[in-house]
Amino acid sequence: MRPAASPLRGSTAAAIVFGGLAVFGVGLVAASFLADDAATRRHDAAALVAELALSDVALFTEARYTRNPSLADLHTAFQDGPASLEHFPTASLIVAPRRFPAGRLDAREE
Amino acid sequence: MRAALERRRHLLDFAVRSLARRPAKNLGLTAIYALIVFVVGSVMLYGAAIRREATAILASGPEIAAQAMTMGRHEMSRDADVAALKGLRGVRRIEPRLWGYLWDSAGAANYTLMVPPASDGAHAVAKGEAIVGEGVARARKLAPGKMLFLVSPAGKFLKTRVKAVLSSESALVSSDLVLVEESDFRAFFDLPPGVWTDVAITVTNPREVGTVAEKAALKLPGHRFVTRSDMARTAEALFSWREGLTLALVAGAILAFALLAFDKASGLSAEEKREIGILKAIGWETRDVIAAKLFEGGLISGLAFLVGVVAAWIHVFFFSAGLFEPVLKGWATLYPRFPLAPTLDALELATLGMLTVLPYMAAILVPVWRTASADPDAVMR
Amino acid sequence: MITLEGVTKIFNQGRHNEVAAVRGVDLTIEDGRVTVLRGPSGSGKTTLLTIVGCLARPTTGRVRIDGEMVSGLPERFLTEVRRRTFGFVFQKFNLIRGLSALDNVVLPALPLGRTHRPLIERAQALLDHFGLADRAGLVVEHLSGGEAQRVAIARAMINDPAVIIADEPTASLDGERVAQFLAIAEDLKRSGKTVLITSHDPRITEAGLVDRLVTMADGRIVEAAP
Repeated sequence: MRPAASPLRGSTAAAIVFGGLAVFGVGLVAASFLADDAATRRHDAAALVAELALSDVALFTEARYTRNPSLADLHTAFQDGPASLEHFPTASLIVAPRRFPAGRLDAREE
Repeated sequence: MRAALERRRHLLDFAVRSLARRPAKNLGLTAIYALIVFVVGSVMLYGAAIRREATAILASGPEIAAQAMTMGRHEMSRDADVAALKGLRGVRRIEPRLWGYLWDSAGAANYTLMVPPASDGAHAVAKGEAIVGEGVARARKLAPGKMLFLVSPAGKFLKTRVKAVLSSESALVSSDLVLVEESDFRAFFDLPPGVWTDVAITVTNPREVGTVAEKAALKLPGHRFVTRSDMARTAEALFSWREGLTLALVAGAILAFALLAFDKASGLSAEEKREIGILKAIGWETRDVIAAKLFEGGLISGLAFLVGVVAAWIHVFFFSAGLFEPVLKGWATLYPRFPLAPTLDALELATLGMLTVLPYMAAILVPVWRTASADPDAVMR
Repeated sequence: MITLEGVTKIFNQGRHNEVAAVRGVDLTIEDGRVTVLRGPSGSGKTTLLTIVGCLARPTTGRVRIDGEMVSGLPERFLTEVRRRTFGFVFQKFNLIRGLSALDNVVLPALPLGRTHRPLIERAQALLDHFGLADRAGLVVEHLSGGEAQRVAIARAMINDPAVIIADEPTASLDGERVAQFLAIAEDLKRSGKTVLITSHDPRITEAGLVDRLVTMADGRIVEAAP
């Protein structure tokens, strides 16, 4: 009794799995891009930013320096003391502004 | 040529068969691997999408924001400061801004209270009216026509009727906004007339921003000037790989990969060594053995990468990275609900791919090569 | 024809547990004959076998195959010689667990890049020849001792080598299986293969098909008949 009609070769099975996943992935990405209407959406949001003269995103509304990080005081993160630990969880996600803007408080060369 | 291809195919067959001998262990390994890729991939995709969104939207914001500073802390600007800036050359418009933060115990969230600039007709509010962001509307269950009551820390009371709710398309920048009329604002925060939170400057020539900022600094030495590139840089730095939580996550993932690889690299089991000895004894060369083992490693890590990345894509762009929301919200109750545009950063993904696949394969290589190079006669004993 | 000249094999050379398994052996193995290496355990016959089959290199001395010196070849070429010339049947069979009989049989041929279908068919034919047609898909753990040995022999033959080497082939077999093995060996000889067997089993050493009996003791050849 011969074994059942040649079971799937390992390399073929691997090719099918990987190929299938890759095709699915590419299709997924393509579908996402095709369905996307970012242009219109961003237009509305950009218009609002221009009208209201906004400067930062409203992602982290926990504290002053997380809500408007680009306008934050130089020292708010350390307001309780120079070695004070970070209060707010989301402050670990965003970076304090590195470049000190022009003005008398500028601590480095532009 | 044909033989070389066929040889590789045979070795791949063998690798798959080999993995299939311990399906539970290998599937489990792939699953864990894929999970790590999923988490890191999600962070990467989400970060890239947010950064792109933020940068694109904020590009139309003011070129310079001028803030008064006292002892390193923010100070209100005065009419005199605004007047001093009006004479500057290269400036198209000077717009003093009035805005501030308010903790609302009813909604248990921070809002940004703001007076829309006089030039903004679309969002003009009358006394007793307010336009709110979609996050505020959600927190306080508001709709146009409903009443919104706010209490300041000093005990001042503000009663407004909601005129409109800002669209969720702009939620990323407007979710926590409450736009009110100027006299309402000043009465609420106990501000005298003639003081402003900061000043927004629009320049005629965008390339002159630096020069204008410098000249303005000379006019107002007590002020600092935040340029749009500073704001853009901040937006870019959101979810920067090099900082904070993202770094911790990535470091954790690298550590996990390293552990997996170390487990592999620390040596082969007796069974594996025996098998390699057998393969050598029946005529396999060292390079054949290595190729087969590398295929095994590549199959696991490659599959883990593909599955992890596809899952991450679905998570971020079809489920708005729902798993991250609790982390990203932190203590802020308000979290903007906004659609994320798909963004594909090929370089980042390629880096993740290399991070997933290469160390694992390299870790397999060392002990296999050592065992496979030895004379196979040990298998006879 | 395989010739060994002054072959010595020393393990752990220079260390306190140094042992000379094979000392100064000269031996010729003729084509198409059945040669048996006899001797007690520790006599060095298994070590000599590994040297003949290019599984190990001699410490000193030379090994030639059809006049060509092989003992000094780099590993890559040695493996090439080994896979083309020899088929091994190990004492413990050394089949790979978890793989089927058929998968085990084709193993030596995989790196040679032969086309898939003909290879599978040849492996199946070999298994048929040894009466294992219906066991081809079974994992080797489920085979009996005799069946496992036949799979090991089939594996040794997949690349159609000129020389079949068997190390203590009857160590774990009963009388009926021994007879079966001898029949296979006879068959191989008839088809022109050179067969080299190590054994201290009298059922082998005194079998009629043996053309040359070489006795070893303490790493040396003490007797060779004829």
